Amino acid sequence: MDLDPSVREAVLAAVPSLRAFAISLCGNVDRADDLVQETLLRALANIDSFQPGTNMSAWLFTILRNLFRSEYRKRRREVEDGDGSYAEGLKSQPEQDGRVEFQEFREALAKLPADQREALILVGASGFSYEEAADICGCAVGTIKSRVNRARTRLAELMSIESVDDFGPDRATRAVLAGNDH
Amino acid sequence: MKNRKRAEPRPAMQSQSPPTQAEPSLGRDIRTKIGQQLRAMYDDVVSQGVPDRFHDLLKQLDKQNKK
Repeated sequence: MDLDPSVREAVLAAVPSLRAFAISLCGNVDRADDLVQETLLRALANIDSFQPGTNMSAWLFTILRNLFRSEYRKRRREVEDGDGSYAEGLKSQPEQDGRVEFQEFREALAKLPADQREALILVGASGFSYEEAADICGCAVGTIKSRVNRARTRLAELMSIESVDDFGPDRATRAVLAGNDH
Repeated sequence: MKNRKRAEPRPAMQSQSPPTQAEPSLGRDIRTKIGQQLRAMYDDVVSQGVPDRFHDLLKQLDKQNKK
């Protein structure tokens, strides 16, 4: 394997975004970093299959996404956990990186089906076009569009419900306090 | 004449689109918020840059190649 300096640079340049994608997919920083490491190893071992001049970032995202999917399927077969592992990973998140502010949003994201979640992130955060996202996920452009739409609608529902929930107990508490005053 | 000029209606206000039509289904606010949160969450990780382990990994691979 011949690690060309320009390839090396392109790979490293993609790492921050790959990590963000991986964390969004699996909801756990440590697992995400392992996934990125595996992606880099796989990519560099197969660097000959990368066509110079094409989008290195999209190529790496495709590898990472496929690795995640095969790991996810394997895990699902071993333990009937489904999205449970994602939810489990979330629990340790705030302590790990001390970023509580996105916790609520991550939890809402965790409730989406995996295919909708990845489509939304690729288009809404990673900045890929619908066409690139379709290539990365190996599906039609129309499929990506409808997944992104469904993801947005579902998230909007979840977030409206959550803000109502937030209000509920608070109102109840105030009612109790008001009762005590009298 | 001067008066007539002054009296000319200023079309700027009138050319505005009619005041907010009822927005369809889920509020646009929530959709905007989703987009912002998604990017903020993502960019928060991106801004952490490249952790040492990945620099180390590439260095290690280089060493292996030279052997």
